[in-house]
Amino acid sequence: MKPVGMCRMCLVEVEGVRGFPPACTTPVTDGMVVRTRTDAVEKIQEGVLEFLLINHPLDCPVCDRGGECPLQDQTLAFGPGESRFVEEKRHYEKPIPLSNMILLDRERCIQCARCTRFAEEIAGDPLIDFVSRGDRTQVLNFAEQPFESYFSGNTVQICPVGALLARHYRFKARPWDLATAETSCTTCSVHCRGAVQSSSNRIVRLLGVDLDPVNHGWLCDKGRYGIDWVHADDRVREPHLRVGGELREVSWPEALDAAAGEIRKVLRMHGPGAIAVLGGARGTNEDAYAWARLAKGVIGTDHVDCQMGDGLPAEVVLGVRRAEIDDCDRAGAIVVLGPDPREEVPVLFLRLRRAAKDLGVPLFDCTPVGGSLAPYAAHVARRVPGEPVGADVVELAARTARERGGPLVVVAGRPSVAEAPDATVRSIAAFGALDGVDVRVLSALRRGNVHGALEMGLAPGFLPGRVTLDAGREWFTQRWGGVPAGRGLDADGILRAAAEGRVHVLVLLGADPLLDHPDALLARRALEGVPFVVAVDAFRSESAARADVFLPCTVWGEQNGTVTNLEGRVQRVARRVAPEGTAMDDWRIASELAYRLGADFDLATVDEVTDEIAAVAPAALGATAALVRRARDGVVLPLREHLGEIVVRTRGLSILAEEGAGTSWDPIRAGGAAPAGAPAASGEPAPRTRRRRPVPARTRRRPRTRSSTRTPRASAPPTRPRCTSGTVRQAGPPRPRVTRTLCAS
Amino acid sequence: MSFFTDANLARAREIVARYPSPKSAILPLAHLAQDQHGWLSPEAMEQIAELTGVTPAQVFGTCSFYTMFKLRPCGRLVVSVCTNVSCLVTGGPEILDHLERRYALDPDVTVEEVECIAACGGAPAMQVNYEFHERLTPELAEDVVDAYKRGALAPRTVSGARAGGAA
Repeated sequence: MKPVGMCRMCLVEVEGVRGFPPACTTPVTDGMVVRTRTDAVEKIQEGVLEFLLINHPLDCPVCDRGGECPLQDQTLAFGPGESRFVEEKRHYEKPIPLSNMILLDRERCIQCARCTRFAEEIAGDPLIDFVSRGDRTQVLNFAEQPFESYFSGNTVQICPVGALLARHYRFKARPWDLATAETSCTTCSVHCRGAVQSSSNRIVRLLGVDLDPVNHGWLCDKGRYGIDWVHADDRVREPHLRVGGELREVSWPEALDAAAGEIRKVLRMHGPGAIAVLGGARGTNEDAYAWARLAKGVIGTDHVDCQMGDGLPAEVVLGVRRAEIDDCDRAGAIVVLGPDPREEVPVLFLRLRRAAKDLGVPLFDCTPVGGSLAPYAAHVARRVPGEPVGADVVELAARTARERGGPLVVVAGRPSVAEAPDATVRSIAAFGALDGVDVRVLSALRRGNVHGALEMGLAPGFLPGRVTLDAGREWFTQRWGGVPAGRGLDADGILRAAAEGRVHVLVLLGADPLLDHPDALLARRALEGVPFVVAVDAFRSESAARADVFLPCTVWGEQNGTVTNLEGRVQRVARRVAPEGTAMDDWRIASELAYRLGADFDLATVDEVTDEIAAVAPAALGATAALVRRARDGVVLPLREHLGEIVVRTRGLSILAEEGAGTSWDPIRAGGAAPAGAPAASGEPAPRTRRRRPVPARTRRRPRTRSSTRTPRASAPPTRPRCTSGTVRQAGPPRPRVTRTLCAS
Repeated sequence: MSFFTDANLARAREIVARYPSPKSAILPLAHLAQDQHGWLSPEAMEQIAELTGVTPAQVFGTCSFYTMFKLRPCGRLVVSVCTNVSCLVTGGPEILDHLERRYALDPDVTVEEVECIAACGGAPAMQVNYEFHERLTPELAEDVVDAYKRGALAPRTVSGARAGGAA
């Protein structure tokens, strides 16, 4: 946001300048001498604060902001100590709703204009503004139009006093009682950085944290306020087994044995092709990897798809040259094929809007129906739904990018599930065929960790690390003990096969095809046609209710691990609360099932899973738990192409992130804690120099349930596919079998 | 549904076209709307927002800054009585008090207290729809307002424009 000099707390003395200009609106000039702590400046600051406090109520004890209030902090640091104001303070009704989610206490407002400026400059929907004048000046929405912005929660976070309040957090906690962990929001695939806060083992708040390459500190309201479901009453907290037609609560061993038993039976009778896995875009990379290893390495089926027929083919997402979000800022041109980013990946909309409006990047709006970006588009080229972008538009965009210099960023997702993905794929291909332009694709698939799941191989024809089944066959056969013989079915194919009775066990990893698959009738027939459904979910969705075995899993906020966003950035998500009931991490469930199927993953902690991924998944090579933990902005895969971007946390910041000892989202509060000039260590944490945990990444025992369709293990040591660095420790002496606890550690 | 009458809508479009930035037309359009309707209603502000490409909240914010825009219904005669220093010592408050009582139940007349209206030479002074009347007593003031009510004096519009004059 541009500086406006509203609060006047930064008045300073500048040599040779009359009066006291506000520092925030005074550009630095050559040889300028600025004094910030002279007697005169201190007197002025005391005076300004006295004025700011004249009408500010003394209701700090019941104010949500009390304890994390910049006005309190300023008063403590620079205030006069006592007030000469003995008159009656201004009174308003407290608080009034600006929308369903945002409340306004006008008595506390100090008219800094942060909220109105955010709404206008950043979000582009100025539904609030200053109203009236003098001491009656107040921020208000228009009578008939509530402050219903997709980004309204940010105004609550940046409000320097307790004037703007979030209805769901009001009176919930005192800030000093909150335990904080830095994490990423996984509501959509942008993965905005945030700080998740809990009180008494309940998540009460998510705050935006400034991650420069991704969210600039902002969150959308969907992500910020969509946190209550973690503790929802209808979470499934215990494993269930269908007994006599009804789901009954059972112990974990019973449920796992039942699922593994059925899988074993079907493997014996019908082979691995009768088992299919849907979903997996909800969890962490570790969850996705473990399930990919279970499905492809142990069971031997390639009928695995983390998308619900609502995304793009894995070949496209994994095969194109990926753009980073920051590429939009320096792009020669941006083409948006769909969907409407504000609806599906909201904070990406903020970045695109900024690039187009503030940075002058020409934006081509090529979505079929238009939407939020249209007002900022340099060119609007509506395409017919189902048709690719016209050749003239492709050429114009290419010419624009060439003339301006910089990459051509194509934002590509499905505009709607009613439209087949072909149009988007053909459009991407048209751009990809261009000569002399650096075309990069920003996948706008929206599911939380769909990109992580795709990278971990939860797609037909793929193995972890962006390698195809064929390219990775030797490598993974050696590490996993086997991979599927041939390419399997995608979600459409799986449901169709299921409807025809060819799938005997269907695993739903948080998938709800009845609700999410474009063809609901097909999904219904599929679920009716499958004799055995294993649901790994947190809720009894319509599809999961059909389960024969229900395995409750942990969710965001309850699990540690890494996730991968739409640009390929791997970041840590943090566990802030203990899981509900006996819910288990997905990766642990996969590991338990694998063990029962005769394969010991030998993974005891989530870091070990991360490290195994870093050791075996070609695109993720080197992205160890230790590296991701230390990299301030996460790491972008593949590492070798993005080493220069890694910023390693200093010790202080690292403590900040890991233990939540401080708050990095508020510049005033973080000012003292953040060490200046955290080193931008380019290339420092090169993967080859990092020490990996000595965890053997190999299946120790051959699965008992090997299928005949597996490729036999290659006799010669296979070469690693498409990877340039990193050494993989071979299996050491077998460790004694660890007794597994069923609760997450 | 359009708030502006057809004639005023055409006029509004013409006003918007006068400025390099349509946003600049908010104030003249607010005058136009107030003259048409007698006060500045939410519907009026919504249409002004539409015509100038801003949100209704921004029109509301702008218009609420100026006391000449009436955001609530008022009489067709707005009587502004000055009680600032010169008028204060020459009887302004008495005039205000008298008129407030006299027209308390009269829907045609809205009496308001205002700060200095730059007529100290003729204090005590008041405006009726922004037309000055000076050297008043409570009785004289009442006569003036009644003259407007009777039609003996032709009032300006609520926004202070001469009837038929430019906005």
